[in-house]
Amino acid sequence: MDAHDVGRMARRTAITCARGLSRAVLAPLEGIPLFVLSLAALVTLPVLAGLWLVPKVLLGVRAVADRQRARAMEWSDVVIEPPGRPRPLKATNGPIGRIRCCAWLLGDPATWRDLLWMLVGAPAGAVLAAPAFAVVIGIGALFGAESPHGAGTELLYLALLPAGIIGGPWLLKGHAVFSGFLLAPTRKELEARLTRVTESRSETVDASAAELRRIERDLHDGAQARIVSFSLSVGLAEQMVRDDPDRALELLAEARASSGQALAELRTLVRGIHPPVLAERGLGGAIEALALTVPIPVDVHLDLPARLPEPVESAVYFAVAEALANVVKHSGADRASVQAEYADGRLVAMVSDNGAGGAGPLSGGGLCGIERRMTAFDGTMAVTSPPGGPTMVTMELPCELSLAKI
Amino acid sequence: MRVVLGEDLTLLKDGLIRLLTAYGMEVVEAAESGPELLEALVRHRPDVAVVDVRLPPTFTDEGLRAAIEARRRVPGLPVLVLSQHVEQLYARELMARGTGGLGYLLKERVSDVTGFVEAVRAVAAGGTAIDPEVVSQLLARHARDETLARLTPREREVLALMAEGRTNAGIAARLVVTEKAVSKHINNIFLKLGLYQAEDDNRRVLAVLKYLNA
Repeated sequence: MDAHDVGRMARRTAITCARGLSRAVLAPLEGIPLFVLSLAALVTLPVLAGLWLVPKVLLGVRAVADRQRARAMEWSDVVIEPPGRPRPLKATNGPIGRIRCCAWLLGDPATWRDLLWMLVGAPAGAVLAAPAFAVVIGIGALFGAESPHGAGTELLYLALLPAGIIGGPWLLKGHAVFSGFLLAPTRKELEARLTRVTESRSETVDASAAELRRIERDLHDGAQARIVSFSLSVGLAEQMVRDDPDRALELLAEARASSGQALAELRTLVRGIHPPVLAERGLGGAIEALALTVPIPVDVHLDLPARLPEPVESAVYFAVAEALANVVKHSGADRASVQAEYADGRLVAMVSDNGAGGAGPLSGGGLCGIERRMTAFDGTMAVTSPPGGPTMVTMELPCELSLAKI
Repeated sequence: MRVVLGEDLTLLKDGLIRLLTAYGMEVVEAAESGPELLEALVRHRPDVAVVDVRLPPTFTDEGLRAAIEARRRVPGLPVLVLSQHVEQLYARELMARGTGGLGYLLKERVSDVTGFVEAVRAVAAGGTAIDPEVVSQLLARHARDETLARLTPREREVLALMAEGRTNAGIAARLVVTEKAVSKHINNIFLKLGLYQAEDDNRRVLAVLKYLNA
């Protein structure tokens, strides 16, 4: 072991000790007050002030728990899965949004286990101070400090040094694993999530198979048939050009008409598969272009910093198109608006109108299609549409920004 | 007439060069990418540019952007934009700097050779050529417009042809009526829409497009 190795070991030990000490001090400092505050907030729930307090405090609890999850990974390579219940839409603010947020937090078992961790984490964190003490005492013994417990125990104290150096990282790891018992989702939750994913996957597979069949049929009965008729007309014209030039000209004109129709059909088809404007301008431009084709004025507010992954752009574009088509068909509205924003790894899109309201996801209806598109990306859709309106369809899904520029 | 072409697909590029040359125009440069096109437009200042929306390097809307930028640097530069699909959004962006010397057509319109060449000449002369598809989308958007609902079916036809940028003579030939009948329809249309009737063909198109684009 050379000086270099010694240095590295010393640095590693120092880091371990510092991490342990910081946890030992901070775990009770943040955990206990948050636990007490949470109880206080829950007590105020019946007097409505809780609607405001509970989300604030419990989201704070979740943030602290999330930090512990991240630390377990960073310090000890222990993976603690984040809680899996889909978060309700941030976009629905106001009292309804608050009630929904409270319901989500209170109904999610992860919240209660996080809260318990605030309490348990304090004594559990205190244990992490041990390596620092062991190392300090060990070093003291190494440099001949006298044992307060009399001769003969020096050797024992000296042994604390390697114990602290070697045991420190293990203790941190043990702590991480222990916190995982409370902070990771239970088996039941994981199974529920798996069921959700499996269901939405098979729905997506079914939907895309049906989509492919539709495209095949459209091509077969449309463009392909037109091109056959095109080449037939050209072939006939070729035969006739000498004997009956007038008839040949007529046939050529027919051929041109068929080719025009084939192109028009292909254009419609392509628009349904992947609208060219989406490829050219991304989600923002495509939504603006879409808004211009709707027969009522549509206000568009977009805050998208960069291109999103193509599958996400496509899903959200078609979902917005579907929602706008619903507005035109059913709502009787004379104004609509589309908002989309990207923040904190989530894309939120909202389509609202000033129409008659009373919309709901009928099975097989347009709103169902939107929901299916969203679940395939672990996203959610919510509709608020009281009788008399207004109607608001909100879609939210997690995604990363694409590296391509707008 | 000097033409700069912006088209990357060899088949189409060769076809267009052949077609334009056959009608006595000179293709001074055929650019194959957005940056190349912009440079050529500013350098040659052609009588007209024929530009494909989608060009390398990004294969998005490079051609359109180059055309708009060139018209910003060389005001009034006549540009005819071709595309596999038409978008009102693009039409709007193109028209933002005036409709004079501007065309926006579906690529397949080249199959009507004489019609296409006429459109190129009209744009070069400072006129307008808007694809019927754009116009019908514009009209569809006004499906609930009560003012437009007051037009007779014939007047709507005339309105659509006017929006495409056709002259009175062109509209008359298309509808197989006299030019006098056409100007009567046009008078009625402007009266019903409450628009100021301009003598100049171009300003008339502008008024109609502005109304429909509102």
